[in-house]
Amino acid sequence: MTQPLLEVSGLKTHFPTAAGIARAVDGVSFTLGRGEVLGLVGESGSGKSVTGFSLIGLVDAPGRIVEGSVHYGGRDLVGLSTAALRRIRGKEIAMVFQDPMMTLNPVLSIATQMRLAIEAHERVSKAAARARSVEVLARVGIPAPESRLDAYPHQFSGGMRQRVAIAIALLHRPKIIIADEPTTALDVSIQAQILAEMKALVDEIGMAMIWISHDLATVSSIADRIDVMYAGRIVEAGPVGAVLRSPRHPYTQGLLESLPSRTVPGEELRQIPGTTPSLTNLPNGCAFAPRCPRADTKCQVMPVESAAAERTWRCHHPETQRSAA
Amino acid sequence: MLGFVIQRLWQAMIVILAMSVLVFCGVFAVGNPIDVLISPDATQDIRAQVIAQYGLDQPLWRQYFTFFGRMLQGDFGESFVYNMPVTQLILSRLPATLELVLFAVVGASLLGIPLGMYAGYRHDAPAAKIIMGLSILGFSVPSFWIGLVLIMTFAVQLGWLPAGGRGTTASLFGIEWSFLTIDGLRHMLLPAINLALFKLAMMIRLARAGTREIMLTDTIRFARAAGLSEGTVLVRHVLRLIAIPLVTIFGLELGSTLAFAVVTETIFSWPGLGKLIIDSITSLDRPVMVAYLMLVALLFVMINFFVDLAYALLDPRLRRARA
Repeated sequence: MTQPLLEVSGLKTHFPTAAGIARAVDGVSFTLGRGEVLGLVGESGSGKSVTGFSLIGLVDAPGRIVEGSVHYGGRDLVGLSTAALRRIRGKEIAMVFQDPMMTLNPVLSIATQMRLAIEAHERVSKAAARARSVEVLARVGIPAPESRLDAYPHQFSGGMRQRVAIAIALLHRPKIIIADEPTTALDVSIQAQILAEMKALVDEIGMAMIWISHDLATVSSIADRIDVMYAGRIVEAGPVGAVLRSPRHPYTQGLLESLPSRTVPGEELRQIPGTTPSLTNLPNGCAFAPRCPRADTKCQVMPVESAAAERTWRCHHPETQRSAA
Repeated sequence: MLGFVIQRLWQAMIVILAMSVLVFCGVFAVGNPIDVLISPDATQDIRAQVIAQYGLDQPLWRQYFTFFGRMLQGDFGESFVYNMPVTQLILSRLPATLELVLFAVVGASLLGIPLGMYAGYRHDAPAAKIIMGLSILGFSVPSFWIGLVLIMTFAVQLGWLPAGGRGTTASLFGIEWSFLTIDGLRHMLLPAINLALFKLAMMIRLARAGTREIMLTDTIRFARAAGLSEGTVLVRHVLRLIAIPLVTIFGLELGSTLAFAVVTETIFSWPGLGKLIIDSITSLDRPVMVAYLMLVALLFVMINFFVDLAYALLDPRLRRARA
C-alpha cells in the first residue's frame, strides 16, 4: 500500500476544566489516502470537531494535544511551531465550518477576505488576487462572480455564503479539506447541492476530504470510508458501504436505526436511550456501555480494537449475524 | 447616502431648535442679571433704562425670538462682563480647549486600543493583568486628584514640566495654537494626560472586552484556518469588528470632554472654554452661558453625525438600512 497522505495516531486532545480534564479526543487513529473522502460521524460532543481542529493545531486554549501524532508530508504536525503550522493551514490543509453566517467576517467584502487568504501564503498584486478570486468563485458555482466579489456576506443567501467559504478554502488548492458539518446550517435542498458540488470538486481537484457530520445520510452519500466516533474515540471504522450495511458496533447500529428515513411511516421514531456521557467523567470501560442494549460486566473493561477486512471496531459484543462485509 | 445626510441635517436642526428654547428658558430661570449688572444704589430711572437697553422689559417669548433671530446671524450679544461680542469671546477660547481635548482623546484612543486589544488577546499574560489593573485605577481615581498629583510630582518636585498656562503659542489660520511650539506642547502635556487617563482606561476596557469576545468566534477560527497570521487577524479582522463601540465611545467622550473639561482647565489654569463657563456662571453672564450651551449642543449634534457616518463606513450592514 502506498504511503497515506495523512496519518493520525493515538491523538489525544484534552481540555482542563473546573470539573476535571475533559477528554474530547482520547486516542484517535486513522489514515487518509490521496483523494479519499473520510466521513467522521458522531453525536454532538463526541469529539469529531475537536479532532478536525487538532489536525491543524487550532485547538482553543486551554485545550491542547497531549499525546499522539499527525503525520503529513513527512512531518509530525503535532508540536510544529505556530509559524510552520500557519504555512500549512489554508495552503495544504484547509477547513470549512458549519455556519457560513458565523465564519465570514460581516464587515469585510468578499474580495478583501479572499485577498487576505491569498496573501497569507503568497505575494500577489491586487489585480491577480481578484482574478484568482473570481475564478475560484465561479468554480464553486457563484453566478456572476465578477460583480459579486465586492459584495458583503449579508448580501448572500446561506447557501451562497457557504460556497464563498468553500471558495476561500480552495484558493490554494489544498491537498486536504476538513469540512466540519458544512451543510448542517443550510436548507435541505441547498444541502444536497453543496454536497454534490463538494463531491465534484474533490474529484476534480483530487483533494482528500474529511467530512465531519452527525448525519449518517450525508456521509453515506459522499464518503469512501467512515469513522464513527463516540466519547472521544473511534468505535467503528471501515468502508462506508460495509459499515452502513452491517454495522458491528451497537452505537453505529443505534445511529442507523434512529435515522428518520429508516423508520416505517406511522411507527415511532427510534432513538438511542440516554445522553452522551460527560467527557470529564468517562467510565473506565466502554463509554457506550450505559446506553448499550448488549452491555454486560465484560464492558467494564475497555474493549480492544478488533480488525477484519479493512474494518475495525471496538466492542466486546459486536454484531456478527449480518456479516455481509 | 444623500438621503441619510439630509435626514440627519433635518434632525439636527430640530435638536438645535429645541435646545435653544430649553437653554434660553433655563438660563432665564437662573436669576436676574440686572442685580449683577448695576450697583444696588442706582436710581430707579437708571435701572429701568438699563433693563430697556438689554431688552429685559419685553415678554419672554419676544426676548426669545430676538435671541433666535440674532443667533441665526451668529450674534449672541455682548458679554456683560467682558464687554465684547460673545461669539468672538468663545471663539478666542475654543482653540485652547479644542487642541487640549483632541490631544487627550486621540492620544487615549491610539494608546488604549492597542493596549486593550493586547490585554484581550493575551488575557492570561502578566502584562495584560497589569494593564487591566492600571485601567481600574484610571477609572476610579478622581481626575482632580490625579491633576494635583501630576502637578506636585512633575511641576513642583521634579520641575520637569510647567504647572499651568498655555505657554508660547504660534499662529495658524489666524488662530493661536500651543501645539505648534515646543513650549506649548510642554504646557499641554500634563493637562492632556490628566484628561486622557479616564478615557484611556475606558478604551482599554472596551477594546479588551471586544477582542476577547471576537477571538472566540468562528470568524477568527476560519481566518486562522486559512493561514492568516495573528497580526493580520488582529488588525484586519478583530479591529474592524470591535470598531463600532470604540467609535461610539470616542465620539461621546470627545463631545463631553470638549464641553466639560472644566476641572482640568481650572487646575492647570488652561484658558479654555471650561474656565470661561465657570466664570460666567458665577457672574451670571447670561449671553456667554447661552452661547456656550448652544455651542455644546451643536458640537454633540455634529459629533453624532460624524459617528453615524463612521458606522456606515465601518459596517456595510448599516448602509442598506440607511440608504
